[in-house]
Amino acid sequence: MHPAFSVIFLTTLIGVGQGLFLAIFTGHSYAAVQLVSAQDSVAFYGVGGLIALLFLIGGLTASFFHLGRPERAWRAAAMWRTSWLSREVIVLPALMVLVLIYTAMQFLDLDTVLYTSETGNVLHLSLIIGTMAATATFVLYICTSMIYATIKFIQEWACALTVINYLLLGTASGFTLAAALASANAPELLALYGNWAIIITASAFFTRGGSLIRNARIKPISTMQTAIGVRHTKIQQKSMGMQGGSMNTRDFFHHKTAAFLKVIKWSFMILVFPVPLILLWSGVNSGSTSVLLGAFIIQYIGLIAERWFFFAQANHPQNLYYQTT
Amino acid sequence: MTQLALVIDLNVCVGCHACVTSCKEWNTSGPAGFMTDENPYGKDPTGTFFNRVQTYEIGEFPKTETLHFPKSCLHCEDAPCVPVCPTGASYKRDQDGIVLVDYDKCVGCRYCTWACPYGAREIDEDQKVMKKCTLCVDRIYDESLPEAERKPACVLACPTSARLFGDVHDPESEVSVTIREEGGYQLMPEWGTHPSNHYLPRRKTRMHIHEDELQRADNPLNKEQRGPSGPVEGTTLDDSTSW
Repeated sequence: MHPAFSVIFLTTLIGVGQGLFLAIFTGHSYAAVQLVSAQDSVAFYGVGGLIALLFLIGGLTASFFHLGRPERAWRAAAMWRTSWLSREVIVLPALMVLVLIYTAMQFLDLDTVLYTSETGNVLHLSLIIGTMAATATFVLYICTSMIYATIKFIQEWACALTVINYLLLGTASGFTLAAALASANAPELLALYGNWAIIITASAFFTRGGSLIRNARIKPISTMQTAIGVRHTKIQQKSMGMQGGSMNTRDFFHHKTAAFLKVIKWSFMILVFPVPLILLWSGVNSGSTSVLLGAFIIQYIGLIAERWFFFAQANHPQNLYYQTT
Repeated sequence: MTQLALVIDLNVCVGCHACVTSCKEWNTSGPAGFMTDENPYGKDPTGTFFNRVQTYEIGEFPKTETLHFPKSCLHCEDAPCVPVCPTGASYKRDQDGIVLVDYDKCVGCRYCTWACPYGAREIDEDQKVMKKCTLCVDRIYDESLPEAERKPACVLACPTSARLFGDVHDPESEVSVTIREEGGYQLMPEWGTHPSNHYLPRRKTRMHIHEDELQRADNPLNKEQRGPSGPVEGTTLDDSTSW
């Protein structure tokens, strides 16, 4: 498939936003049951929620560049019964509204205590909103990844690993950013976020690596023989029925060399996994914000390459009909 | 239930592209608006088409054969492009099974093209909406046209009658009988999309001549001029047919 940067930025940016919000909410809910100490509502929960919201807005903005008719985007909520894309279109704004409410409650001091247990556990109203938003982040990860995983013709995508990878890569980048934020605004939570970021990034290494191994061994279900219905081992296309290309030749192929794809593959395998892991480990030990921020930025750049490769590697069966590009 | 579809005879198609040009002509002049062409007289002309004729070479020189292969939307019975559409712009009509796009609802997200294994949909680069073969839905029901002309433009244009049009759910229709009797097949059956359009394979007409058909044992010329040539060994065709 042709990797469109609008979709690459959409999926990576909302992945970070969702992951960061999940991290902030994890810290907040741990504090409610006194597993960690409670943090300043504005400096940490509020700022964290705001940054997550900005990433979600960035992703939504990028998605509009993918649409031919962005003014009709509201119509895309109509077919949620059958279309995962439609479900994503509903869940993403819903998540943004919930994160906005959560963040506003922190900044404007609108939070109220709903219940205090004898042992001192405190249930805030913002925690209820946060639970709803956290659920929405998981639903959104599933919606986004199922858009790809449900297309059975694209065998590289039609696999449970696609869903797992979107979930793990998004939360890994979000927790890495949360670790950087914690080192600046909530040093007590640095170890919590740093260690979770290391665990998730390491898990994602195995699941993404697993999908690379799987995709390298795929045997195409459709062949030239089934495409035109002629039984012969040697079939060669002589004409695509056009002179200068069409959408079919532009939208379904990356138009890059195999060597370029290999470079991108190894780049993201290094930038997303080992480099951030080393920086996270050193950042957690030293408490340096710049090292942790570096880990996030390098991992995010790696994720752009990862998403580019995700699209470029997908081989659509329609390409059997368009071979003389 | 009705399922309108095309049956394309690859044995007869000569690859003249008349179906392509007539399709473009009819549909670019229709009420749904023009079909964009970009750079039509330049170096890399490109544009939106509903139908294209491709050419394949089968085999290796010197044993090769050329196959002309017209390809348009197959109007699948289980169309995978329809459920993925987020706006409902892509739909399959209940009354005749034609898969259509509502150009006023389409957001141009291209997700349906990902979900079509045949590459039958093309985005109009000017109007930014998805377009595809409509089976000339604005023509086949037009009662102002003579009944014989209420067929898709490509079917009417084909000089060799390689394209048939009709209801593939009616077992006695011309298309159903042809599919049944001439070995009609579907493209990429492995995906379970159940394309409604069918293709008829290349069929070879070969003459089989046996040795005894070349030599007449009871040739009357032989009887009159020379003597009988003597008994022919074995049974000949004439033994069973002549009286």
